[in-house]
Amino acid sequence: MLSREAILSAFSGIFPLRAHKNFIFLLVGFARLSRRFTFGGILAFALLTSVVTIALLPHVFSSYDPIEVSPESIFVPPSLNHPFGTDNLGRDIFSRVVFGARTTLGFALMANAISITLSTLFGILAAFRGGWLDSLIMRVVDILLAFPGILLALIMVSFLGPGLATAMVSVGFGQTPGFVRIVRGSALNVRANLYVEAARAMGASDARILRRHILPNVRHTLIVLTTFGFGAAILIGSSLSFLGLGAQPPTPEWGSMLGQARGYVRTYWWVATLPGSVLAVVLLSINIVGDQLRDILDPRLRLG
Amino acid sequence: MGSFLLFRLVHGLVVVAGVVLLVSVMIHIAPGDPAMLLVGDSPVPREQLEQIRRDLGLDRPIAVQIVSNLVRFARGDLGSSLRTNRPVLSDLTRVIPSTFMLAVSGMFIGIAVGVPIGVLAATRRGEWVDSLATAFGVLGISLPTFWTGILAIALFSVQLGWFPTGGQGEVRMLVLPALTLGWFAAGALARILRSGMLEALSQDHINVARAKGLRERTVVLKHALRSALIPAVTLVTVQFGALLSGTVIVETVFARDGLGRFLVHGILQKDFPVVQGAVLVIAVIYTAINLFTDLVYLQLDPRLRYA
Repeated sequence: MLSREAILSAFSGIFPLRAHKNFIFLLVGFARLSRRFTFGGILAFALLTSVVTIALLPHVFSSYDPIEVSPESIFVPPSLNHPFGTDNLGRDIFSRVVFGARTTLGFALMANAISITLSTLFGILAAFRGGWLDSLIMRVVDILLAFPGILLALIMVSFLGPGLATAMVSVGFGQTPGFVRIVRGSALNVRANLYVEAARAMGASDARILRRHILPNVRHTLIVLTTFGFGAAILIGSSLSFLGLGAQPPTPEWGSMLGQARGYVRTYWWVATLPGSVLAVVLLSINIVGDQLRDILDPRLRLG
Repeated sequence: MGSFLLFRLVHGLVVVAGVVLLVSVMIHIAPGDPAMLLVGDSPVPREQLEQIRRDLGLDRPIAVQIVSNLVRFARGDLGSSLRTNRPVLSDLTRVIPSTFMLAVSGMFIGIAVGVPIGVLAATRRGEWVDSLATAFGVLGISLPTFWTGILAIALFSVQLGWFPTGGQGEVRMLVLPALTLGWFAAGALARILRSGMLEALSQDHINVARAKGLRERTVVLKHALRSALIPAVTLVTVQFGALLSGTVIVETVFARDGLGRFLVHGILQKDFPVVQGAVLVIAVIYTAINLFTDLVYLQLDPRLRYA
């Protein structure tokens, strides 16, 4: 029987109190990992790091207010003053991209946190407990997976109402069913190992087995899943914003910038093309890093 | 074989029942008063709210509502749009063919491009063809549809003038949306086929086939591809679902009438019966395709036939 304490102490394996020690482990672990990255992977990672830096310090990298309208300088083509040109309201597109990085990445981070936490909880619960609980969780997952792709997030946002916060929650919940299935599969594989049986034979408690055996071995799947999930969250989140269901104007967000720029494709090429390129490059980098992590950590993981 | 099919059929029915249940209660899951949600932000008199509640049966107990919804859906009655008053079903039958055409042609492009690239990459592992194919795959799944769609319009419609920017009817108007939609599926399929083929090519029975002196071409296409197709078929199904929901974006970009745009309109206008109907149709189509895939599985994987 899996008690509340068991779950809590199991999760302390992921969110530990000895944070500093684990942080050092994390750094060492990452340094080891990064040595196995290919050149493309290192490039993608460096690119992502710089985008994150920009998202953290947007004021340093932009010289204009991302929201302020200047009617005297609308649709200025890319120049030294405005590297990405200006939009229909005379706003500097580069500054909007820089501030948009914060919105887009922050959005994806929160959505990702929701989906990974929920799917770890339910996936491991289903695999570890088995029986009716497993059946129940998996049937619910099956039903939710009948709403493919972006649809589940779309349904949720239609009820919660458009907006950045509701879209974030919707994307997080929308990703969860697919992730539950993957985490459960991975946890089932781990549970079938002899060392789990040995631990049980030695009288280890559920909590101990979860913390010492299951979680550490599911970790690799979770890392890969988080990476790809982060990219997917950016993709779905910006798609929602593109449709006008996520970030609302004038908030700078990459998807919604493209949604508004759509009407000017004919006349002013830079308005949609340049912010879109940044979004595309970021998504590409995340998936390249995800591929490398998967090849190193969990080569058999298949993400449909 | 019979038990496998029966199991999948029951499973499919359970999913459809769950979907219908979820769709009929979803307005109650949303926070706030459903009737208020339906009228939107504009202030309305109390009587009108009461009228809406009565019309939609929102004043009855939830259990009664669910049952009556199930009966209603089973009869094919999806209610009427709150904004246009037209029956949702007739609007749906009008928009579905165009979306179906789009999704099928997108899928066709995805398979026609993705499968050969994936197979080629696996047989030329580590060579430049492989690197190129891998790059193609990751580009396919990374680039957001709304951006590739806008680029396609900018390049092929505005600059070159080869295809119209949108609309529907003629085949010419289908080309760009289908390419945009198929691009993603092609990337995903190329990736899964590459890894599936690599796995298949490392199996013992491939060594046996080679040892027998079969031509490499036969080994790859007859022996390896067949087992690599099994995971690919699952992905094709998943991709078709993604394509169906992807039409939401593509139809918006190319201003095509269709299921996706119908749904987005419904959401933006808070037209609940429209959202309900569109979502229901997509989920049921998707579940039916999943079931169809199981039939394909029986053909591809002989192990299932004896299970």
